[in-house]
Amino acid sequence: MGTTDTRAATVTDTVSDAPTTTAFHPPTPHPPEHVPADPSPDGLTVEPVPGRAREVVFEVTGLSVTYGAALAIDDVDLEVAANEITAFIGPSGCGKTTVLRCLNRMHDLTPGARVTGSVRYHGDDLYGAKVDAAEVRRRIGMVFQKPNPFPKSIYDNVAYGPRISREKGKLDDIVERALTRAALWDEVKDKLKKSAFALSGGQQQRLCIARALAVQPDVVLMDEPCSALDPIATSRIEDLMAELKRDYTIVIVTHNMQQAARVSDMTAFFTAELDEAGHRRGKLVEYDKTAAMFTSPSDSRTEGYITGRFG
Amino acid sequence: MALDLQPPPTRPSAPRLADERPPGIVVDTAFRWLAFAAGMLVLVILGLILYSTTEQAWPAFQAEGIDFLIKNDWNPAAGSYGALSFVFGTLLISVIALLIAVPISLGIALFVTEVAPSWLRRPVITVIDLLATIPSVVFGLWGAYVFAPWVLPRYEDLANAFSGVPVLGTLFNGTPVSARSFMTAGIILAIMVIPIVTSITREVFATTPAAQKEGAMALGATRWEMIRGAVFPHARSGITSAVLIGLGRAIGETIAVVLLIGSLPNKITAELFSPGDSMASVIVSQFGEASGTHRSALIGLGVLLFIITLIVGVIARGLIARSDRKLGLAR
Amino acid sequence: MTAATGVSHLGASPGRGLRKAKSSIATVTIVGAFVVALIPLALIIGYVIFRGASVINADFLTGEIAYSPRSPSGGIGPAIVGTLLITGAATALAVPLGVLGGIWIHEYGAGSRLAAFVRFLADVMTGVPSIVMGLFIYTFIVLNTKQTNGFAGALALACLMLPVVIRTTEEMLRLVPDEQREASMALGSRKARTIMRVVLPAATPGIVSGALLAVARAAGETAPLLFVIGFTFTTNSSLFTGGNTALPVQIYGNAASAFEAAQDRAWGAALTLIVLVFLFTIAARIVSALFVRKQG
Repeated sequence: MGTTDTRAATVTDTVSDAPTTTAFHPPTPHPPEHVPADPSPDGLTVEPVPGRAREVVFEVTGLSVTYGAALAIDDVDLEVAANEITAFIGPSGCGKTTVLRCLNRMHDLTPGARVTGSVRYHGDDLYGAKVDAAEVRRRIGMVFQKPNPFPKSIYDNVAYGPRISREKGKLDDIVERALTRAALWDEVKDKLKKSAFALSGGQQQRLCIARALAVQPDVVLMDEPCSALDPIATSRIEDLMAELKRDYTIVIVTHNMQQAARVSDMTAFFTAELDEAGHRRGKLVEYDKTAAMFTSPSDSRTEGYITGRFG
Repeated sequence: MALDLQPPPTRPSAPRLADERPPGIVVDTAFRWLAFAAGMLVLVILGLILYSTTEQAWPAFQAEGIDFLIKNDWNPAAGSYGALSFVFGTLLISVIALLIAVPISLGIALFVTEVAPSWLRRPVITVIDLLATIPSVVFGLWGAYVFAPWVLPRYEDLANAFSGVPVLGTLFNGTPVSARSFMTAGIILAIMVIPIVTSITREVFATTPAAQKEGAMALGATRWEMIRGAVFPHARSGITSAVLIGLGRAIGETIAVVLLIGSLPNKITAELFSPGDSMASVIVSQFGEASGTHRSALIGLGVLLFIITLIVGVIARGLIARSDRKLGLAR
Repeated sequence: MTAATGVSHLGASPGRGLRKAKSSIATVTIVGAFVVALIPLALIIGYVIFRGASVINADFLTGEIAYSPRSPSGGIGPAIVGTLLITGAATALAVPLGVLGGIWIHEYGAGSRLAAFVRFLADVMTGVPSIVMGLFIYTFIVLNTKQTNGFAGALALACLMLPVVIRTTEEMLRLVPDEQREASMALGSRKARTIMRVVLPAATPGIVSGALLAVARAAGETAPLLFVIGFTFTTNSSLFTGGNTALPVQIYGNAASAFEAAQDRAWGAALTLIVLVFLFTIAARIVSALFVRKQG
């Protein structure tokens, strides 16, 4: 998986109408700086101020994933910037979750999965020979589609991660801080020792978010985090995401285009296409600022999906 | 909601991921190797069983060669170790046991899956499982002191009833002094084998696709016709495996058999009420006093038992694996 | 062909009566099969209680083994101790190793041909006769160490228990949803920690239940112990020094005897053994029931 360092030489692709190229607007290179983005008037979506430094967290080049003989996703190029919410959208089976799981090396756990191409995390090759996958996952956390708390108490769920690295500082404080950031503390502070299963679905998902935050990650990946939840719980988590992006980088896979439009700064649209042999494979079609993509998509397939003509 | 807590401590913007020795890797790797070693233990033990017992049995194998298996002359005093009668005895009691146990087990399994009302299912299964927990020595004790005296007059009746009749007369010939015989051992063995055959068959019946059963009923089939038409065909290879597993259990049973079979070597006969011997039971009855080649020969019978039960077990489980694959059950 | 008119023709198909009769006979036969299986269970347990209860008293349960089968006194104290010691040691050997083996098959080896092979062999190994395990330990351990003791018996029983524990563990691990493993790994946990802190705790009740059943079976085994534990008339609480005895061994020795006193002792010991085995089986069911309640 040898790659050249692409940071020094960014190439601006011209937008074209050919369906096979991706529309890709790379940020202008700047020395990395931790620069929080400004909140917009409604407090939800954030427009990166033009010309401001945009720190790149992930740089994905030529990423493909095969499960055994089947190609799940083919040749993806995109970037994820710090303190932004990047959304992956598209119909089912187009590889969005597959790409997401590349970002924290979850495919290591799947026998038969092969990841090719390059994923750079703050400039370092995520799949380098000496990279410790467990450390990767500590820094790049994940929240799953169905809430999956451990059959333990609320406290032990949140404390699980910190206990691994024997975090300095009192566990109680770490747990409280994480639950507060996940907007769950007030609801559970009196029943920390109760089983996690005593919580409602939405609460369980916020517990999972708290659990992920407790290890103080850099990035939080979310795989359709609201798809198992009712609309009220969903909107609470969307509010939470807007708060969280102040301090974390968030990548979210979602089935719900409106959700992507509401919360994300950048959106990547994937689709599934048939190759010559008739096998399905996922491809990245378009990647743009959310506002731009939803008002004037560059690709007709994007437009078709967004306007509801398919998918 | 106001977040009046301190933000997380700032980290260097390009955090290093690669470490010389990542924390926790030692314990993780050690655990993996420990688990691997435990897994390999199965292979190691099976291999050691074969090696160790064959090594000790070798003097007898060498002395007799193939006669060990095909000669019916077990006479340790004269140095002769032809074990044919024990092989015969093992087969005979196993066949008797299966002939009795399989229909009963099928019946119980059908009862539980097709006939019994749902509140009765759990208790019935519990009863059968209880039968499985009774130690074999208790079966032997009860068989020798309760069943045998009771069944003896029945044997005499049968012998009298069929005397002179062609095939059956020979089978039930003889007025046995005690009830210790192939027949008695086979009957008690049947009781011991019923739970395992029932349990496997029950699982197989329970996985009959509901669509097939409902289809049969929708065509107007009676319950029995539905069982014959939908349940049995689906369960064919499963029943075969269950029978084979029961066979393996019967072949290896030692203590109950030794207390009931009569311990009479060199007896190859069609007379079911005759005392005899089996491979497992002769090992136990003669081991204490045996030495030298005699002991090697007894261990050799153990080797034989091991190989036979391995083969039966492999066939049985291979059948299960094949039928699981056909059903699409991922294993 | 006349068309059926109205409901009155529905019951009139020819041959229906015979078919129904066959089905009823089949039903009766099937029910009969169950009753037939019930009878021996009731008779055996009933008789053991009947003949054993009168023998059991404090002296019997604690007294030493009779030196002569003819002797009217004598108890099974050493046998109870021996059974508990030997079965306990076998459990201490078989359960950790079996659980680890099951962990390897499901967590580390999943999908590989080697793991499938080992699982298959473990299945087959559950069918190896107990006398063969006894002969194995005799040839491999006793002949080499030149002594018979309780530990050799424990090894033989452990060989019997091991494949059962492996299969139970593997099946219980399979019931733990993969989402749990993913959640743990996604927090930066390594595999061993995920197994020990998340997967195994979830599978533990089922594993314990299966292990208790394996212990119940091992406690009742006679043949594997006969040639390897030697004998003793007094209680021997050492597993490694000197011969030992166990309940099933005592039952066997007394059952083969012609003297009524010995036979009485056999019944008493049989009742004791059945109670012991029954306790373990009940414990297994209780644990299993708790398991269902926790998950549900």
